[in-house]
Amino acid sequence: MCLGVPGKVIEVDGWTAIVDFWGVRKQVLLNIVDEPVAPGDYILNHVGFAIRRIPPESVAETLALYESLLNDDVDDLMAADIRGEVKGTT
Amino acid sequence: MSAELQFRDPQLARELAATLARLVDEIGRKVAVMHVCGSHEQAIAKFGLRSLFPKNLDVIMGPGCPVCVTDTPEVDEGVVLAHQGVRIATFGDMLKVPGTVQSLADAQASGGKLEIVYSPKQAVDLARNTNDEVVFFATGFETTAVATAAVVLDNPPPNFSVLSAHKYIPPVMEIVAEMPESRIEGFLAAGHAATITGWAVFEPFVERHGVPVVVAGFEPIDILAGLVELVQRVRDQKPRVVNMFPRCVTREGNRAAQEQLWRVFRPLGGRWRGIAHVPNGNLRLRDEFAHVDARRRFTIDLPSLWDYAPPQLARQCICGDIMAGIRNPRDCRLFNKECVPENPIGACMVSSEGTCKIWHLYGGVPDLAEVSA
Repeated sequence: MCLGVPGKVIEVDGWTAIVDFWGVRKQVLLNIVDEPVAPGDYILNHVGFAIRRIPPESVAETLALYESLLNDDVDDLMAADIRGEVKGTT
Repeated sequence: MSAELQFRDPQLARELAATLARLVDEIGRKVAVMHVCGSHEQAIAKFGLRSLFPKNLDVIMGPGCPVCVTDTPEVDEGVVLAHQGVRIATFGDMLKVPGTVQSLADAQASGGKLEIVYSPKQAVDLARNTNDEVVFFATGFETTAVATAAVVLDNPPPNFSVLSAHKYIPPVMEIVAEMPESRIEGFLAAGHAATITGWAVFEPFVERHGVPVVVAGFEPIDILAGLVELVQRVRDQKPRVVNMFPRCVTREGNRAAQEQLWRVFRPLGGRWRGIAHVPNGNLRLRDEFAHVDARRRFTIDLPSLWDYAPPQLARQCICGDIMAGIRNPRDCRLFNKECVPENPIGACMVSSEGTCKIWHLYGGVPDLAEVSA
């Protein structure tokens, strides 16, 4: 539940961003993010809110980690939590 | 998934495991450390990490599952509100958590209105589209509480309120460290909670208790490296806070989020299920937000529920001892027998972050070495 999930910012409109999570585009709120966010940045999403702008030098490593955790095993609790985080967006 | 993917650097994993074994040998006795994060336990179980840990090292999951520590009376408040006709919006994990008499799922089955949401924002959207009173039953640690704070500050509709069961992690570490039975000599702190609070939040704790805290990420290598650092500090008796997850965690953390968190919430003492009364462990809405506080907006008639005795089996549940690190699921006579995810007796079997649910899913034996032996 405390797991954030990374996504790429596509558009920013005020406090709302459109963010791409592995091809799925969702709305994420920017009210509590630590740094200003612009299209092209990566953010960590938790329950529909960006909690951190991922520093550019850490993006590749962060994405690789999540891709290694996601798989099609329906019983995998960690993968399920990551998918749940993406559902937290609208 | 291939072994290559599970351990992106298997050689490094083996080296770290060997270093860990050497350090524990040098200490020459049993060492127990605790992590406080469901995602850490998921990774440890999923990747079979316990088979790499030395025999003399106990890595215990503490109270790192927010759903599990939501206290029975808090569930009862949600159940009573559901029966009073408000629409309860909450995270899916909360549904089966046992209350004194009913879970929220039971309340729904007997006519209560219940909606599963994945975000506080979805609860607000729900309120905008109905005339019903919508109460967001808010659970989670500080990472999630900041999102609740943000919707409270963002002018929610008048029919929206919050029943806060949010919990704050740093105070419960104090409680665990002070338990007379506690053997915990170090803590592995969760990367994403520290993203919000910053790692400096643990400094007063380390000073008071002389116990090291290492902030670690969620990859197998992150966890192994975090344990090596932690056990090294135990061996050298040089406790301090070490940040091993710098790609997510800074010293100060996310200031904007902290500012909103503390503007909306104040820390208050309260019970964590099965553990203890935790001073400053609960996050409750400040007086300025009384209009959004379900506890002040509604009269919640709890005593009406408490006339009932708790079910017989629940008395045998040892979730509290498990979360305090004193016992483990295999010490529980209900585990994998009467208590299974489909019909949980205790909260630790409900959530995907509960120790019992994680152990159940990964075979009930956390150490793969024991299976092959």
